Amino acid sequence: MHQASKPRFGIVVFPGSNCDHDCYYVLKKILNQDVRFMWHKDSSIKDVDVVVLPGGFSYGDYLRCGAIARFSPIMKAVIEFEKKGGYILGICNGFQILCESGLLPGALLKNESLKFICDYVNIKVENNTTSFTNLYQSTEVLAIPIAHGDGNYFADESTIKSLEDKQQIIFRYCERNGSVSQAANPNGSTNNIAGIINEKGNVLGMMPHPERASDEILRHTDGKKLFESIIHIFK
Amino acid sequence: MGERLYLSKIIVSLKKSILDPQGKAVHHALQSFDLSEVEEVRIGKIIEMKLNCSTQKEAERITEEACKKLLANPVMENYSFTIEEIV
Repeated sequence: MHQASKPRFGIVVFPGSNCDHDCYYVLKKILNQDVRFMWHKDSSIKDVDVVVLPGGFSYGDYLRCGAIARFSPIMKAVIEFEKKGGYILGICNGFQILCESGLLPGALLKNESLKFICDYVNIKVENNTTSFTNLYQSTEVLAIPIAHGDGNYFADESTIKSLEDKQQIIFRYCERNGSVSQAANPNGSTNNIAGIINEKGNVLGMMPHPERASDEILRHTDGKKLFESIIHIFK
Repeated sequence: MGERLYLSKIIVSLKKSILDPQGKAVHHALQSFDLSEVEEVRIGKIIEMKLNCSTQKEAERITEEACKKLLANPVMENYSFTIEEIV
């Protein structure tokens, strides 16, 4: 795999993706990275080092969120790419697609309130030793937007225990002061889970939107270090 | 043996262990017009597929594969189905 000083980012565009351009903007214009779009019908990753599965409503969220995207030609290539250790970041609908594809364990259920929630929340960095969080402080609290109807993370007890034991829970919904409480949980997610990583450490899925908190003009920039962390590992 | 037409009716439901807020909301609505006998509501999906194949057994195998690979997510859902030949 290509390991130059600058990684090449590829953002997958599914019919119904709507955060693809936000990710592109942050990577290209703010972080000055090499980035291109990849169409869902492409069957090859080519020379991309980091795949981003953006937020949105791929295939109209038909059947289940992310269920149909999983069978698109590009996802076959993404699954192969993962096997070779390629880095994959799934945001919101991208997280749902990663779970449906089996690249991450568990599933995202309907929010407990049944409502689509569009809001700023606080999340705590639970593990800052990953390829996606290495520039954050341990237990740092980030203010970051969420926008989802199905963000209620669920997995069976043994999977949750394994995620906890192996420190694969990367972000948890919390209060501003960092305490993880029921009140700070926007969607009913098990153990306040907002983002997880796979065991190998190359696939991260998260419901909050770091790309919507990366530009000074929006006054929130807590998401930027996530992208910078990935860039950092290629240096 | 020639091709026949079968109809699979698949029911996909949330696992018992999973909270169904949609079912709960509908349950509340039912109670509001005094159907107090209704003890629980769970909401799922019905999927129908028409299959072109030669035997009932083959229709079962295809339906099973469709359920496993796409129609139900084993993390949170169960499925069951019936198959009948149609003319």
